[in-house]
Amino acid sequence: MFEIFGIPSQALFGQLLIGLINGSFYALLSLGLAVIFGMLNIINFAHGAQYMLGALMAYLILQYSGLGYWPSLVIAPLVVGAIGIVIERVFLQWLYKLDHLYGLLLTFGLALIIEGIARNYFGSAGLPYTLPESLRGGQNLGFMFLPNYRVWVIVASLTVCLGTWFAIERTRIGAYLRAATENPTLVRAFGINVPRMITLTYGFGVALAAFAGVMAAPIYNVSPQMGSELIIVVFAVVVIGGMGSILGAVVTGFTLGVIEGLTKVFFPEASNTVIFVIMAIVLLVRPAGLFGRRA
Amino acid sequence: MERVVDPLTKKPSVLREQSETIGFIVMGTALVVAPFVTYPLFVMQALCFALFACAFNLLIGYVGLLSFGHALYFGWASYISAHAAKVWGLPPELAILTGTAAAAGLGLIAGSLAIRRQGIYFAMITLALAQMMYFVALRLKFTGGEDGIQAVPRGTLFGLFDLRNDMTMYVFVLVVFLSGMLLIHRIINSPFGEVLKAIRENETRAISLGYKTDRYKLLAFVLSATLAGVAGSTKAILLQIASLTDVNWPMSGEVVLMSLVGGLGTIFGPVVGSFVILAMQYKLAFLGEWVLVLQGVIFVGCVLLFRRGIIGELANKLRIRL
Repeated sequence: MFEIFGIPSQALFGQLLIGLINGSFYALLSLGLAVIFGMLNIINFAHGAQYMLGALMAYLILQYSGLGYWPSLVIAPLVVGAIGIVIERVFLQWLYKLDHLYGLLLTFGLALIIEGIARNYFGSAGLPYTLPESLRGGQNLGFMFLPNYRVWVIVASLTVCLGTWFAIERTRIGAYLRAATENPTLVRAFGINVPRMITLTYGFGVALAAFAGVMAAPIYNVSPQMGSELIIVVFAVVVIGGMGSILGAVVTGFTLGVIEGLTKVFFPEASNTVIFVIMAIVLLVRPAGLFGRRA
Repeated sequence: MERVVDPLTKKPSVLREQSETIGFIVMGTALVVAPFVTYPLFVMQALCFALFACAFNLLIGYVGLLSFGHALYFGWASYISAHAAKVWGLPPELAILTGTAAAAGLGLIAGSLAIRRQGIYFAMITLALAQMMYFVALRLKFTGGEDGIQAVPRGTLFGLFDLRNDMTMYVFVLVVFLSGMLLIHRIINSPFGEVLKAIRENETRAISLGYKTDRYKLLAFVLSATLAGVAGSTKAILLQIASLTDVNWPMSGEVVLMSLVGGLGTIFGPVVGSFVILAMQYKLAFLGEWVLVLQGVIFVGCVLLFRRGIIGELANKLRIRL
């Protein structure tokens, strides 16, 4: 036990770890938003609700089928992703020719519906989710206690983020995807089914949100409003990072999580607002965002 | 919405030419009669929200800017005027002015940040800034946290009219609302308003014509925030409470919904929309959380099937401007 700037190391590293955890979720969610926006030109306001749906699904799977954390980590994103595909086919596909403000309004409506239904059946109190046996406990590093589960969240999130980056930037499917983002008509002329690609992209983005939700379930309580609180912060993260670059979204997400964690140690009053303040500063200094291209 | 003129009729009929004036007369008459047929308190509350929605609509309907954080100006104006009336003991007119001035100031700051980005980012920035100020309201002592500022005195207007009387209050709210509406009408029909519409249609072109579009957008934003502030302050005096509900993001969503239901870019749409949504909330209060679901369904339905909104559809059918 030692002190840094008058703060006990335990508290400092503890908050740093929480910052990294929050950063993992910011990164995963802003990544999903960026992928969806790239293909659909829609800001998915329902992203937070879909994240919550992932967590809720994990809770339900544990309650009613007895399947534990690991199966949930696969099943919940698949189910929620499938719901996303249905949403894209039923609602979103009609909006691509309209002003993209309508996409925001429609997905906002969807978010209200999902959150409202969840509140009706589960109340607004949090539902506890028990940690998987295999991930309980932790390491004592001497200067702090490091819970295994938190390490897993950070590693898993980083892996998924880098995997997504690799899939989009370095594989053939990713090349199609990027080409379709630039010029869908031309890509269609080459015989590639762009509408199906759009549908699957949305499903994938939604599944990413649900994946983040399952990982969040043991850390935060599962509650219907967990998504709407988070999504607004993620919007700020997206404004700061810009949606042009995937790695940019990931780096911004983790960095802001850490900054928020550190603010909690040194200036707790501002911990809720620090990301928004950073957003304001970035808008003043670099209006296009840190990694954004000038529109 | 642009004017649709039937090419067969050489001269549009007086009815068509004067549709907005007629609309104002119909609305004015309805609002004078309203307190005698329904609950005055309900109508007054709806009028505050109607002005709020009209202020929001000034941005989305005439400049094409979607602000997803208008609760910031409504809610903060409501806090400031409640505080001014209760703690500083200001008369209602000064309390409302103080709240409005605060909203204008906040609008200037938030607006100059938000107009630095376009389209979808603009919506996200306004939402994020509003959320930040929600957390500030949650932290600060004077807002009373979860309790809000309660038992705000209505006071005596200009030292003459006792606003504790519901009918006097009604007349006051009606005058505030109509003045706000007339101001908005004046703004969108002025040369300034024409430039705003040009920016909505094609910003690049407006720039190439030599307009400093950022200044126009900022002024429109501040005007919109100010009017939202008038609505919020009046609401605080009327209901004698300012609370976190007024600054939180669902309020921003609600005002979007009201304008969307009534008709974006129409003068009377937001008014009709706010009455419809508020009536729905009252009548269906027994549904509890399902009201949230219903609001979501209306959002989705409006965007997919009913983008013109009630008044927009009506105006389109009759080929007039409303």
